[in-house]
Amino acid sequence: MTLILDYEAGNLASVRRACAHVGLQAQYCADPDQLLQAERIIFPGVGAAGSAMRSLKQRGLDQALREVIQRGTPVLGICLGMQVSLTHSQENDTPTLNIIPGQVRRFAFDRKDLKIPHMGWNEVRVLQAHPVLAGIQPGDEFYFVHSYFPQPISNDAVLAVTDYEGEFACAVGKDNYIGTQFHPEKSAQVGLRLLANFAAWDGQC
Amino acid sequence: MLSKRVIACLDVRDGKLAKSVKFVDTKDIGDPVAKAREYYEDGLDELVFYDITASSDKRNIMLDVVEAVADQVFIPLSVGGGVRSVVDATDLRLAGAEKINVNSAAVARPELINECAEAIGNQNVVLSMDIQRVGVNPEQPSGYEIVINGGRTATGKDALAWAIEGERRGAGELVINSIDADGTKDGYEIALTAMIAEAVRVPVIASGGAGVPEHLYDVLTQGSADAALVASMVHYGDYKVSELKQYLHDEGLKIRIC
Repeated sequence: MTLILDYEAGNLASVRRACAHVGLQAQYCADPDQLLQAERIIFPGVGAAGSAMRSLKQRGLDQALREVIQRGTPVLGICLGMQVSLTHSQENDTPTLNIIPGQVRRFAFDRKDLKIPHMGWNEVRVLQAHPVLAGIQPGDEFYFVHSYFPQPISNDAVLAVTDYEGEFACAVGKDNYIGTQFHPEKSAQVGLRLLANFAAWDGQC
Repeated sequence: MLSKRVIACLDVRDGKLAKSVKFVDTKDIGDPVAKAREYYEDGLDELVFYDITASSDKRNIMLDVVEAVADQVFIPLSVGGGVRSVVDATDLRLAGAEKINVNSAAVARPELINECAEAIGNQNVVLSMDIQRVGVNPEQPSGYEIVINGGRTATGKDALAWAIEGERRGAGELVINSIDADGTKDGYEIALTAMIAEAVRVPVIASGGAGVPEHLYDVLTQGSADAALVASMVHYGDYKVSELKQYLHDEGLKIRIC
């Protein structure tokens, strides 16, 4: 069973719809015991880092997530769901799950023409081949909406990068965990391809 | 680098597609779900649905349309027209809309922008502004005025001041719709778009007046717009979305080509 982590009663319908479109029937889940039984897990982003971490802790989902990731269950984090997998986020000065050691930082530009949030379509350049990123061609673009970006300590965790006045990590991963800053569920055919890859992934790299 | 976006706007009345010319004499041109899917498959970057249904008892038809589209179209979907409350915004979001456009109701009660931003996040709140040229005067120092009710009622509000207020209240994006240019096919109102785009830090979508691909190029360059909205030029089959995007790409703009 594939579960979509529903930790803040957020609007997750677009993720579920896109999964259904590629044949992945996913259910919402806010229960740690159920999470431990999952075959694979999608961890979408809702709201801000501070409130997301509070909700996860209140429900005991933070511990359950660490446990399933240790067990080898394939997990896909999206946007904020990816950001809380690092060690700390500048957003609300929040300690996060520490699955991928590193920081989440806010974009800061001197140039006034660079808008924050980074919103729209941008190129994803794959640095390390990964089963979930299979089929992404040079020049393929994905849809982004975010003001913060991940900065893993180890380059080994950086799977793909995107340029917005300098490169930032747009896909991070470690073992059976992968997270994207972009929204595959809003990224047309290439995004659906990524979700289909995740649906078939056994968690091995 | 971010790509410039091409956005198609579909006006929907009683669940059917319509296109307004100068906001009056709308005429039916088809099924919104089929059209949305066609554009999506042809590489459209984002879709806007504008509900122009007159009677409020038919509003739920729009939720069905949004739901049907969200099941088949996997790009950002923005919905507006008649959004008066956080409840309206939330209902549309649950039906599958990503972004919510507020317009007249925000002019009447600007706090609506703050409330929606709080409830669904700044990045999902789009302030859509219908704007007419009035010439520089003490009340409208920018020379442009906000109008409502599909362009029929002037509000006295200065367009530039309203754009800046909208951003401050939490709008994550602005649509600049020129009433003067709308339906003319003579091109976007470049000066207006540039003036607002250069005064705010949120993305700006130019709307109204597109007739040929060069118009999109002009507003995305001279007009400093982040996105260009098209309607009749694609609805009537004069151009395909992919043709517009290929043209912009060939002219050297950063554009997503599928």
